[in-house]
Amino acid sequence: MIKPAKNEVSDEIAIGIKGMNKWFGSFHALRDIDLTVNQGERIVVCGPSGSGKSTLIRCVNALEEHQSGQIIVDGIELTSDIKNIDKIRSEVGMCFQHFNLFPHLTILENCTLAQIWVRKTPKVEAEEIAMHFLEKVKIPEQADKYPGQLSGGQQQRVAIARSLCMKPRIMLFDEPTSALDPEMIKEVLDTMIQLAEDGMTMIVVTHEMGFARQVANRVIFMDMGQIVEQNEPEEFFKNPQSDRTKLFLSQILGH
Amino acid sequence: MAKNNAAFVRHQLIEEQAPPITERGVVKWVRENLFSSPFNVIMTLLSLWVIYSIIAGVAPWFINGVWNANSVRDCYDILDGATGACFAVLKERFPQLIYGFKYPSTEYWRPNTAVILLLFALAPILFRKLPRKFLLFSLIYPFLAYWLIWGGTPLVPVMAFLGFVIGVYCFRRFSANAFALGAIIGVIAANIFWVLGGYVVDANETFLALQAVPSRDMGGFMLNILLGTIAVALSIPLGILLALGRKSNMPIIKWICVLFIEFIRGVPLITLLFVANVILAFFLPPETSIDLILRVIVMMTFFNAAYIAEVVRGGLAALPSGQYEAANSLGLDYSKSMRFIILPQALKISIPGIVNTCVGMLKDTTLVSIISMFDLVGMIRGPILSSTSWNGVYWELFGAAATIFFVVCFSVSKYSQWLERQLETSNR
Repeated sequence: MIKPAKNEVSDEIAIGIKGMNKWFGSFHALRDIDLTVNQGERIVVCGPSGSGKSTLIRCVNALEEHQSGQIIVDGIELTSDIKNIDKIRSEVGMCFQHFNLFPHLTILENCTLAQIWVRKTPKVEAEEIAMHFLEKVKIPEQADKYPGQLSGGQQQRVAIARSLCMKPRIMLFDEPTSALDPEMIKEVLDTMIQLAEDGMTMIVVTHEMGFARQVANRVIFMDMGQIVEQNEPEEFFKNPQSDRTKLFLSQILGH
Repeated sequence: MAKNNAAFVRHQLIEEQAPPITERGVVKWVRENLFSSPFNVIMTLLSLWVIYSIIAGVAPWFINGVWNANSVRDCYDILDGATGACFAVLKERFPQLIYGFKYPSTEYWRPNTAVILLLFALAPILFRKLPRKFLLFSLIYPFLAYWLIWGGTPLVPVMAFLGFVIGVYCFRRFSANAFALGAIIGVIAANIFWVLGGYVVDANETFLALQAVPSRDMGGFMLNILLGTIAVALSIPLGILLALGRKSNMPIIKWICVLFIEFIRGVPLITLLFVANVILAFFLPPETSIDLILRVIVMMTFFNAAYIAEVVRGGLAALPSGQYEAANSLGLDYSKSMRFIILPQALKISIPGIVNTCVGMLKDTTLVSIISMFDLVGMIRGPILSSTSWNGVYWELFGAAATIFFVVCFSVSKYSQWLERQLETSNR
């Protein structure tokens, strides 16, 4: 088991969330969230469905709007100012459960589009960067195909490469393996482990507890829109404190 | 009872053989599709009889058709009681059917050239594989075509074109800071240029001038093509903007678009054309004389744009929200995510609907015959059928009109099917 450089965590704060609340209509989806993530930290968020874990990370890059509290990403506070939002989004990469590749563009174009139009990278250079990251996720040979011609695992790895091309300082993963067939989960997790070894700041919403044990500095358990428990992975799994955590762990590890 | 012996060995392998004659080729097809049951046999014989009667009725009409005659009476004399079409009217009135009856016959080369150049201008738009540089010609084409068809001095379209160029330049220059500022400065700059350009044109009215043809002299199928092409070309971008406006977060823009779409869709096209023709004249100051063709084009463009907006809205709604989120999370702003991610996919989904509305629009250009413009149908109904020489030649004339429109519309729909196959990128 690799313990990727837990000591590399710096003091610099990557994400600071203070007293953040989020409602969907009258439904109180996130309640009083306080969370600080340091640069280089890898955090796994778990919890039952509907507990608000996806909503939490979607708030971090403003895919969802929060109604109260403060979110500071990389020193920039998330307000409704569009310029701030776009700036934060280009610093924060995101991978989705359903990959969300652009089906009308080739794999290479998927990876170069944002570089060319957001980062203003010249096309040739953008393609070099794209190929570099496609090699990193081990599918350079698929560059000229369309997403519809790839397997789920390959698509998710392309999605990771697409985000990495923007050279983000933080990566968010929203259940990256839950839409995948079992034999493809490993290839995606391997890619993410490699990313962790390189020192990327990551927040991962996942039910892959093996991944949490191996990679995370901290595991956060959420329920009913609030953070119920957080701890180092070993302690978290060996010695859960709250009853809800115990129940949840017994349900997902019990078979 | 003797048991079957389970052991078996084949010593001689059987060669492949052709199926029996009843299971092969035409015979099989006929048996399976035409004579598979007594009911099918009856249906087959009945259909054969129907097909025979139709052909037997129509064929002589075509074969005996008279192509050389000066009037319908001549036709009857030549036919001498036999069944036969009087195609001579198509031959004799061909220029009228195509160009109307007032377009100067010495200038027919101009619309002809304009149509041929139209094909060149459309090619890079319709076929993505052609070099993108050809689009420059597509950009210049509308101004060139205006000069060819309406005549007059080429300075008019040149000034109009330069005005657009200056407007776009100013927009590009200033919209980096603020979109609205750029748009306003662009519009003002273009208008100032057009006013100044107007003086230049007035001073040089004979410069390289072609014989001027006023709008009321346009007619025939040329008029249909003119109205159809312009209305379709303008209404697609307008429709896309309306669809985006309807989905906008800004309430004023949203409600303007909703009102526009719902109003235009709720009114029959023919009503709008009457408005363009007569009612507008009551509301505008008496000295303004906006060209009738221009008024009709505006109405048709609005009408078609409202329908296209709804088709495109359907395409936008069909995209999974993940596409918007992925585009946003990569830092693409609204206009870039629309341009590169959302619209290419939404428009691809909308192709059948857009083509459907546009083919409908092409055919609806014949409605202008009701407001006494002499398009193809207007020519047939008016000057040709009411002339003493060709009174009563309905089938030949309307058959020809139907054929012409069918050829155009069928080509358009075949193109759209081809385009859909071209844009197919998934493995489905």
